Amino acid sequence: MNKYETIMARKNEIMKKAIGIDYSMYEYGQIGFRYEDMMRDHGYPIHIVRWIQRDHGVGGTPLKELKNITSLVRQTANPGKGARIFIKDEALNDSGSFKARRAAISCYHAKRLGYPGVIAATSGNYGAAVASQAAKLNLPCIIVQECYDSQGIGQPEIIEKARACEAYGAEVIQLSVGPELFYVFLQLLEETGYFNASLYTPYGILGIETLGMEVIEDCMKQIGKVPDMVVCTNAGGGNLTGTARGIARATEDKVTIVGASVNLFGLHMASDRDFNRKSFTTGHTGFGMPFMIQPDRSDVPRSAARALRYIDRYVTITQGEVFFMTETLALLEGIERGPAGNTALACAFSLAKELNQDQVIVVQETEYTGAGKHHQAQLSFAREHGIDIHFGDPKDEIPGKSIILPKDPRFIRAKEVDLHRIRLSYIGANVSKDKILGLDDIQYLSQELGVLQADVYDLLREKELRWTL
Amino acid sequence: MIKKNSWVLIGRVVLSPEERSNNIPEDTKKTPLKMWIKGSLLEDATLQETVKIKTKTGRIESGTLLEVNPTYHHTYGSFIPELMTINELVKTKYE
Repeated sequence: MNKYETIMARKNEIMKKAIGIDYSMYEYGQIGFRYEDMMRDHGYPIHIVRWIQRDHGVGGTPLKELKNITSLVRQTANPGKGARIFIKDEALNDSGSFKARRAAISCYHAKRLGYPGVIAATSGNYGAAVASQAAKLNLPCIIVQECYDSQGIGQPEIIEKARACEAYGAEVIQLSVGPELFYVFLQLLEETGYFNASLYTPYGILGIETLGMEVIEDCMKQIGKVPDMVVCTNAGGGNLTGTARGIARATEDKVTIVGASVNLFGLHMASDRDFNRKSFTTGHTGFGMPFMIQPDRSDVPRSAARALRYIDRYVTITQGEVFFMTETLALLEGIERGPAGNTALACAFSLAKELNQDQVIVVQETEYTGAGKHHQAQLSFAREHGIDIHFGDPKDEIPGKSIILPKDPRFIRAKEVDLHRIRLSYIGANVSKDKILGLDDIQYLSQELGVLQADVYDLLREKELRWTL
Repeated sequence: MIKKNSWVLIGRVVLSPEERSNNIPEDTKKTPLKMWIKGSLLEDATLQETVKIKTKTGRIESGTLLEVNPTYHHTYGSFIPELMTINELVKTKYE
């Protein structure tokens, strides 16, 4: 074994120390693990979560009705169609995104357990969120980022996020492209004994449940009813999972949960060449799809983010459509926010056309913007890297080659992902052909895939897998 | 000469191409995994020399000295005229 393989072979042992969860005790059957038991054993009562967040400058963000954007939707929709669109302005959390909710609980937990510091592996807003929360608790903090290609050219969005982490006093370690970031991360966990403030622990998910609860509470207060649809930008699955769990805590009414990702089909996330040919470093299908199909590929043995359990619909949108919507949000509503956080908004613009005018869609996040992570910075970087930017029909956009801005708002159209195919892929990736599944496993799959047990049998039949009862 | 205690950026190779994971695309596999870290310089040194630094969390790291007083240069990029067209498109529609 070389030095990479040696460290990787010890990852479960290192993780157990760095998170304090013995994941093996939740395993059962041939493929199952007791998800709800893990969430219960390693969490805090929700009123404590809310108290921690309030105490840490997090949560209680305003829900704003986008009246002018709704009006624009209605001009492009069939008569009587065009739901009211609301946005939860999460950029107003300390550190500028909903990720502060996750970081608040992880850092609180690390401090309470006496860890000497916190580490997170993230190129996203979560880095600044952990750095900001760690600063409040006087905890040393290290953020590990994938930031540059092999030529040392950095994604402006990630460089800005590094700046933000450093502004909050964190040490930032930047790496070139590649999944071996995890190797560096494991070495650092071992060297420092810090807490792994992973996005995928129960604490990282629990922190977002308050967001789902607030969406319901804000709607009840402002419009007297629950929203018909909540759209969540989806990458690792935590945002959607936590929001849906929070909504279920706050209401028994059915709210349609929609996942939304930027379509980066064809670009390889571990490719040095593709790295700087994409304009979105998160909220895209390059994370959304694999994490939905194999949630446990994350930086913990068993991820608490399991989007398939909660998702009702999954839609994609192009880079050009999100940039268009980001500019529109500033122009029509006077709200200037970062592009990645507007992925769900661009999808909501399209989905609103399907719903009646008395129905309500909530987009549950925004993120801060600024040098590097402004849509103009991203478009400029793309153009410098030879990406063809022009107006047209976004459905012709080829990720890595073109960014097509819609020639008219009518051309903003989210694309439906077939969840049946995703569920089949999940089974393909997680159930090997030589296994004969038992009732325990079938029940587990029913929960994991968010379908009835009868549907699990159909899926297994389609994959030519066997079971016994 | 860069003075001891200066705030600097260093870089080093973490994994050579041969040491990298086998499950990565060809183009990435051809390149080494590189790392960049900031900290305060432990001894006087010159650029491109191998040095040791103390990072913000008090760890000692070594690597090639790349920059003193490392600066952020990210901006709002060059002007994108297409954004003006979006203005026309949505404002006319909306009015």
